[in-house]
Amino acid sequence: MPVSTSRYQYIANDPTKCIGCQVCEYICSYVKTGEFNTYRSRIRTVRAHKILMTAVTCRTCEDAPCVIACPRDALSQDPVTGVIHVDASRCNGCAWCIEACDFGAISINSETKLAEICDLCEDQEDGPQCIKWCPKESLELTTPDRRAQRARRKLAIEEVLGPRA
Amino acid sequence: MHGYSGKILHIDLTTRKTRVEQKPEAWYKIYIGGVSMASRLCWENIEVGCDPLSPGNPICIANGLFAGTPVPVGGKYGMASKSPLTGFIGDSMSGSWLPVALKRARWDGIVIHGASDEWVRILVDDDKVEFHDASHLVGLGTTETEEAIREELGDDQVRSATIGPAGENLVRIANVSNDGRKAGRTGHGAVWGSKKLKALSIRGTHGVGVADPETLTKLSFDILQAAQGPHTQKYRILGTSSNVLNMNKMGLLPTRNYQQGVFEDAEMVSGEYLHEHYKAKTIACAQCPIACEQVGQVKEGPYAGAMGHVEYESLYALSSNCGVSSFPAVIQAITNCNELGLDTMSSGVTISWAMECYERGVFTKEDFKCEKYPEGFEANFGNGEAVVTLTEMIAHREGYMGNLLAEGTRRASAQVDEERGTETYKWAMDIKGLECPGYDARTLKTFALGLAVGTRGACHNRTAAYDPDIKGQVDRFSVDETRGELAKSTEEYAAVYDTLPLCKFIRRCFTGKADRAGAWPAIAQLINATTGWDFDYDDVDRIGERAHTIKKAFNIREGWTREDDHLPYRWQHDPMETGPSAGYVVTDEELEYLKDIYYEAKGWTNEGLIPKEKLIALGMDDVAEEIGV
Repeated sequence: MPVSTSRYQYIANDPTKCIGCQVCEYICSYVKTGEFNTYRSRIRTVRAHKILMTAVTCRTCEDAPCVIACPRDALSQDPVTGVIHVDASRCNGCAWCIEACDFGAISINSETKLAEICDLCEDQEDGPQCIKWCPKESLELTTPDRRAQRARRKLAIEEVLGPRA
Repeated sequence: MHGYSGKILHIDLTTRKTRVEQKPEAWYKIYIGGVSMASRLCWENIEVGCDPLSPGNPICIANGLFAGTPVPVGGKYGMASKSPLTGFIGDSMSGSWLPVALKRARWDGIVIHGASDEWVRILVDDDKVEFHDASHLVGLGTTETEEAIREELGDDQVRSATIGPAGENLVRIANVSNDGRKAGRTGHGAVWGSKKLKALSIRGTHGVGVADPETLTKLSFDILQAAQGPHTQKYRILGTSSNVLNMNKMGLLPTRNYQQGVFEDAEMVSGEYLHEHYKAKTIACAQCPIACEQVGQVKEGPYAGAMGHVEYESLYALSSNCGVSSFPAVIQAITNCNELGLDTMSSGVTISWAMECYERGVFTKEDFKCEKYPEGFEANFGNGEAVVTLTEMIAHREGYMGNLLAEGTRRASAQVDEERGTETYKWAMDIKGLECPGYDARTLKTFALGLAVGTRGACHNRTAAYDPDIKGQVDRFSVDETRGELAKSTEEYAAVYDTLPLCKFIRRCFTGKADRAGAWPAIAQLINATTGWDFDYDDVDRIGERAHTIKKAFNIREGWTREDDHLPYRWQHDPMETGPSAGYVVTDEELEYLKDIYYEAKGWTNEGLIPKEKLIALGMDDVAEEIGV
């Protein structure tokens, strides 16, 4: 089973709201590379079925398997934010981190051939740009705990007041 | 040059060779992209006068200027060939991720020549072109084919355009599918089938650079936000299917092969009913923040499992126009068309013609024999199962009826009249061979003109002339001297959007006003930030006139004459008996007058030909040379 965390924030997508437009990928690649190229996006959209599209990015796992898997100690995790940083001088693109990630959230940059991971746009004043641009407010910065709280509230309302309350 | 690579890729299926053509910046400034550039590529590369299903008819793909950038609703491209339905220009526009991949592979367009002996699929992998055997894909549906190729290549960012069994079987109303969207009309699927081309896949890995990314990004963000407001509400909530009840109320909803304009069961096939009972999800085209596509799903009953894209144009054609009030049957018929690769509109209108033939005793039950119903079936209006079955029969050219209807309404009708001495042409609803759209034109007289002169036949996308009629800007029941200019202005307005291309549903999101003054300056800013050009209002406006002119020039060279700008017999001679549109037709006198004033507004001769100086003024000197008068 995938491992995750309740401590760190990550960018979650609500597949019931997601329309599959891929705007998140355009803007991520632009912010990180200066060009529009979904191959270089750190958030990845998934079209799993005619009516199921979603987006996946780093889940900021506690004791992140990718960090553990890296044979060159190129990956490190910020203890406060949970963001995984890639040290470009150490990474050689071996892709062990990709194999270790149960969410498919890491990719190899097609030009530099090094690992790339969502950093929650920690360098941007107004936070993650994919969230800012998502036209359907489908993306949000959250934690598994907060999602669980919301699920419990929703369930309580549905059970007591009915699904349309 | 920004926004373009300056390169067109030519692929020859006969020789399996490729060649790169460089185009100068001046050429791009005239033809821009989308349907205009695709039509121009067709003009340059076709063997004039060829059979549309012969190797001399090229498949011309032209990318969108904004594909691969964050410009909302700009993930689109144009496709053109000589249409096997009309014999004139067949130009389609489709939203999908194919153009995004094409842009990243750094091609402005692709022209596919010749024909293959064996079934083939093409992979354009950045600057490499590979030909792969496609025999194992033959018979697969459009979605299945896309998935199979993605699986073979192991890369979910590869995008494919495919044909289904209908295209393979040279069905003249077959289309090309990509990511569930279609280059839908004029029979592109048959052209692909004639070349034994099952799929075109593209992988593009390069980044897309533009002249001024900061400005383009900012402009795009503002449009994206405006696209969540009241200007697109109709599209976001019910999608185009919200038109059903509106058209019904005005007596314009094609019903039982355009015999009526009011469908008594319209509620049951409305966007509202879909929303309440069958809607599974709303989805978007590439880089679109609006998301209007309503996916309908049937969960129980005989059509359980059906899942298709429910657009207004698919709805009128396969429901009211066939008299069908069972939404599950309609969703199944749409699903069949989507997966088998059929144009839903032409399919519905061709089937409704056959149903009228059946009700009038031209056809009998035996004419409808097929594997599923060996004794044939009753093909009355209202029989949803008949519509569902006929879509399957058409795609596979199964039985007498499947093979007949696969030719489209006009050819099917001519063949039957020849064989049986009947007059079914009186209820064949096509213009230039392309089946009519979902707005009855007997009482939309500006629109009737727009359709009659349409370069690809009866198409509501290439003329926006229904707008002044429906909005009450003019009296829709009569004609006057303003209509020529209106038809010109609305078709050129539409052509700007189809050329860039941008989806027309964004038209109010620039400034709140959809007219030229509201949209053109904002569109000029987008063009300039992408290309580094200095386009102004007039330059944007000229995009539409040029786009329309190259298509018209193509038709003239293929033998178009004034008589080809016609309306279906029914709209001219057979008034409705009931509803708000009862009693009206477009008379010969009205139609000829409308054509006169339209050609005059266009600056053409009374025969509808284009003066040399007009073409030269548009920068189309070589076209003037060939067809100018």
